[in-house]
Amino acid sequence: MNKRSIRIFDINLATQQVEVSHREDLDHYLGGTGLAAKLFSETMDPALDALHPDQPVILANGPLNTIFPVVTKVVAVFRSPLTGEYGESHAGMRLGLAMRGAGVDALILRGKADKPTYLVIGPQGVKFKDASALWGLGCGETGTILRRIAPGRGHRSCIRIGPSGEKAVAFAGVNVDTYRHFGRLGMGAVFGSKNLKAAVIYGDRDESIQNMKAYRPTYEKIYQKVVNTDLMEKYHDLGTSINVIPLNELKALPTRNLQQSSFEAAEAISGETFAEKTLLRQVACSGCPIGCIHLGLFREEFGKSHEYKFQSLSYDHELIFALGSYLGMSTTQKIYQLIDEVEQLGLDAITAGVALGWVIEALDTGIIRKEEVLTPVAFDDPEGCKKVLGNMVQQPNDFYRTLAKGTEAAAEVYGGMEFAMTMGKHEMAGYHTGHANLVGMAVGSRHSHLDNAGYSVDQKHRDQDPKTLVEALVQEEKQRNVLTSLCICLFARSIYDTETVLEALNSVGIERSAADLEALGEEIYALKNDLRHQLGFDLDNLRFADRFFETPSLSGQLSRKVLDEMLEYYQSITK
Amino acid sequence: MEKILKVADIDRCIGCYSCMLACSRTLRKSFAPSRASLQIHTAGGFQSKFVAEICRGCDNAPCALVCKYGALIVREGGGVKFKEDKCVGCGECVEACIIDVLHFDEDRKKSMPCIQCGSCVRFCPHEVLAMEVKTDE
Ligand code: SF4
Ligand code: SF4
Ligand code: SF4
Repeated sequence: MNKRSIRIFDINLATQQVEVSHREDLDHYLGGTGLAAKLFSETMDPALDALHPDQPVILANGPLNTIFPVVTKVVAVFRSPLTGEYGESHAGMRLGLAMRGAGVDALILRGKADKPTYLVIGPQGVKFKDASALWGLGCGETGTILRRIAPGRGHRSCIRIGPSGEKAVAFAGVNVDTYRHFGRLGMGAVFGSKNLKAAVIYGDRDESIQNMKAYRPTYEKIYQKVVNTDLMEKYHDLGTSINVIPLNELKALPTRNLQQSSFEAAEAISGETFAEKTLLRQVACSGCPIGCIHLGLFREEFGKSHEYKFQSLSYDHELIFALGSYLGMSTTQKIYQLIDEVEQLGLDAITAGVALGWVIEALDTGIIRKEEVLTPVAFDDPEGCKKVLGNMVQQPNDFYRTLAKGTEAAAEVYGGMEFAMTMGKHEMAGYHTGHANLVGMAVGSRHSHLDNAGYSVDQKHRDQDPKTLVEALVQEEKQRNVLTSLCICLFARSIYDTETVLEALNSVGIERSAADLEALGEEIYALKNDLRHQLGFDLDNLRFADRFFETPSLSGQLSRKVLDEMLEYYQSITK
Repeated sequence: MEKILKVADIDRCIGCYSCMLACSRTLRKSFAPSRASLQIHTAGGFQSKFVAEICRGCDNAPCALVCKYGALIVREGGGVKFKEDKCVGCGECVEACIIDVLHFDEDRKKSMPCIQCGSCVRFCPHEVLAMEVKTDE
């Protein structure tokens, strides 16, 4: 079997040296998740803190990226400053295309630059550039300046952090081409700890098609499948925000720090309302004919005589939940105010929202004092929330310095654990569907709802016994490892069944069998499990807030007994 | 009458680049969208509008008129026909294109003209592009 050679740039920010390697032994991992996890296992040190300069960030592309429909993601792996454990994050937009054009399959970023730096990565190699003038700027301005000064006009990608990454907020993200993010687990803080403000990646390397007879019909078949199924309707039309109303009706929409699971103002912040009142257009990641990224108009009056400013901001279900229902925000306008703030600061929207929910309730119940929070803040109060968000980043006192480490870290010091809505120190996502959702996030390799889609397991296997739920979670996670090693957007998971994946791979000369793929899913599952154990994961340390069991869910009232049974069974099958 | 490529409505574009992939695949046997005869890009990041750089299918195409080797030939209905084997890679057609949409492939040392084949149109999911007969307005 012909082995592909994986081309890697190992970039050391401290020494400004780059080691280029070509590794056939990594062909086996395909790319994406598998490749990144493997490179991470070779380069990380479990004895060092997540923000230690020597800890690596890995970025990995996949062999089918851009050249097959909806194969658009780049996978990042790092040690998460939020959980302390295995961190993995996916983002699309133009990054995959740009890495392909630059002729690099994976990047390893390590060391700490002696001053703020941005990288330019292209056909002429890697350049280390002074980013002093960019330090402190928001994600938007940083992008605007880099577009002007960096090379590779046209189809380059620009990834950057905002002030939150610079200030080591444990849930700072990395912004990718304005509208996508490496979110959730604090990759922005890892960039900041390296004095790395941004990277611009570009290149127009040619790549000839070896087997046109196989490739062309395969591409065309998949393309037709994508544009002719209900995927377009589901993800292009209203996008994931189509879920707000049904989740609300099913009592699965986390509201006011999960004090409720349905929101009386759901209609006013639904996908339908966002579309009718604000939708400007949809855009796509490069190579994706669906175009799920919804951009809406945020228009704000700033002066007395009809003076308005406007922006186009991206919205989806997770944002509407985290900065909307979860904070009791009753209008699209209020949600946009928070999205705008979170984007410029470069924070992860979900974690920022869930942390805010905890702050509001903690203040309300008197666990923390107004002198600590420094501002009044309440549900449905965007002004107060914006001040808290700003303080999370600026960290003017001990309270905010603790909060910048995450919701659970703050609850550990100040109390309020019973309503600190995290699993494995990771803030909950926009579903309160049942036990599989809780267990899925708790045992997922990176504590993400996307590891194993517990929220969907709850809906698909309603009223099933605990064992069935756990088995479905584990099975899903293994399968997803294969899809994300190929950098396939999970929205297209129904298109890319095993047969289609094999056909696509084989048409570009990558020979695999169904058994190979299954074995790879297992292998990556084991690899990530091993990594997180090295980094401190312990099933016995998992904690579930009382609130999860008090507020009714889509599956009714949840019980600790069922949860424990599931965890026990999980332990027995993964030992 | 032969049709030529038109931008029907750029405001419907989502920036998926399926059109460029189709063109590179069909004409250049390449995976790289940079090898396409049309280029879709943002005017200034994703907040801005998309821009389509396509061959406008000139009558008596200036690019063809400067070609001394018979590689680019004036096409009936507008634009050019391309006899790739005759292209010596002088690049004069690229200079001659009045709107700077004709590019040169530095690897293959050949010009990359649009031949009005319509492949890109077939793969645009949003009817941004169209093949139409040239009108005289
Ligand atoms: S390449 Fe330029 S000059 Fe030639 S036909 Fe097209 S637009 Fe006209
Ligand atoms: S009409 Fe044909 S040659 Fe012209 S841009 Fe479209 S695909 Fe390329
Ligand atoms: S295929 Fe259509 S929607 Fe996609 S980039 Fe091209 S013109 Fe735009």
